[in-house]
Amino acid sequence: MSVRLALDIGLALLVFAVAARTIFARGAFEAVVDYVAYGLLLSIVWIRLFAVDVALTEDAIGGGVTGVLLIGAAARLRSAETVAAEETPSGSLRVFAACLCLLVTAVLAGVVLLLPDPGPTLAPQAAEHLAETGLGNPVTAVLIAYRAVDTMLEKVVLVLAVVGVWSLAPDRFWGGAPGEARAARPEPTLAFLAQVLPPLGILVGIHVFWAGANEPGGAFQGGAILAAMWLILMMARLTEAPPVGALWLRLALVAGPAVFLAFGVAGFVMASGFFSYPPGFAKPLILFIEAFMLLTIAVTLPMLVAGPPRREPRP
Amino acid sequence: MSFALDVFSIVANGAGVFFFVAGIVGLLRFPDALTRLHALTKADNLGLGLVVLGLLTRAGSLLGALKLIAIWALVQLAGATAAQLIGRAVRRKGPAV
Amino acid sequence: MTQATLAGLIGAALVGLGLYGLITNPQPLRKNLAFNLIGSGVFLIFGIFARKGAAAGFPADPVPQAMVITGIVVAFAASALAVALVLRLHEETGRATLRPDAWTKPPSDGAGSE
Repeated sequence: MSVRLALDIGLALLVFAVAARTIFARGAFEAVVDYVAYGLLLSIVWIRLFAVDVALTEDAIGGGVTGVLLIGAAARLRSAETVAAEETPSGSLRVFAACLCLLVTAVLAGVVLLLPDPGPTLAPQAAEHLAETGLGNPVTAVLIAYRAVDTMLEKVVLVLAVVGVWSLAPDRFWGGAPGEARAARPEPTLAFLAQVLPPLGILVGIHVFWAGANEPGGAFQGGAILAAMWLILMMARLTEAPPVGALWLRLALVAGPAVFLAFGVAGFVMASGFFSYPPGFAKPLILFIEAFMLLTIAVTLPMLVAGPPRREPRP
Repeated sequence: MSFALDVFSIVANGAGVFFFVAGIVGLLRFPDALTRLHALTKADNLGLGLVVLGLLTRAGSLLGALKLIAIWALVQLAGATAAQLIGRAVRRKGPAV
Repeated sequence: MTQATLAGLIGAALVGLGLYGLITNPQPLRKNLAFNLIGSGVFLIFGIFARKGAAAGFPADPVPQAMVITGIVVAFAASALAVALVLRLHEETGRATLRPDAWTKPPSDGAGSE
């Protein structure tokens, strides 16, 4: 057994142990903290699978932004922690659930072990046309060029999620702002971090987006970093969340999918069909679309974390 | 020369790992939240610094080395802020925060 | 046993673990966590498909990777919506439970909440 394999097995056991802690933890807050640690360890597993873009996304969105969301929720739900007696699952339900889960795991493990080696792959087709898109990163090419419809529809799903979250506000708060108001005297330590980090974070976020054309990175990862910077500012209460009725906010939210769809339809005119790019002009077009995607993601993620409006709109 | 660099890298990384383990031992053995916080922040900052030092020789380019040092500085910043905030919360609300 | 197979097996184990948590944990927030575990387990199984599809000079097939990236973002959006729903439920009824007969608003002087 080589050292690398021993490290891999150790990492796999560690991931499983932290996930088990998440499920069997005593309180919701503990479970959430374990989940954030699990997300960060999982990104190391993704690096070992040679999927660096996925590792970046899992770190930024799966570990970071989801962590902020869940920690805030767990803190607010602390008063409702006690579980009524009727709700604790009975022993027989636990045994049944355990048997069902073992069965599911066994079936999936069987699928994993019976995969042909090498497996079916689309890599040659992806590599064939990579030069025409002008990109060096095949994952970005798949996201924006080969499977562009999927990415655009995913943007639409994000907007729908924001609409869903906003619609949970009581009628009288519609048009108001989520989150807390700007503090007159923000907490000094958090304010220090929120003043030092965002300039650097914006630079890193835009760099990750720009480098995603040829190296691991892209609009999702860069957008998550930009979103995190805005979230730090909101959490330090140096700025407040914008009111949901603000026009610029709504335009920024739909800019990503709208620009994407516009270029997709324009593909009928400019190139050979829906969502095809004119040859020779593909890379600037792709980067242009990605820039709007970056804007949408950077605006959507903080709005999803901030939640529904909780203050009356200012007249 | 490269053999000496490799030895330096291994020694620095090993020392960094030792400090991380020391921090974990402190986390598990110290009695309350503030002492555990102290153990974690001191050990982790020094541990990460030594690991970054050990990786500098393998960075490959000046830009890579600068990025490693920037990562260490950012983790220091974030870790120090988080430790201050946790310490303040523990002091305000008591140990069972 | 390669790293890819190991990751796939861990993915299978995570799906089972998450399913157990989803069935037995009564609190909605922890059900959400368990659901996210199921999701990340499924993504790991995608990961083994990607790694086994290494060809044409790429260390991993890019198409499953792109699908996993899309999946992570959509899973976050779903979690955010679920969390917003649970928080609203908590605001309205003072509890965070999925039992319908517990959904009565506590008395307005706040004496009813635990």
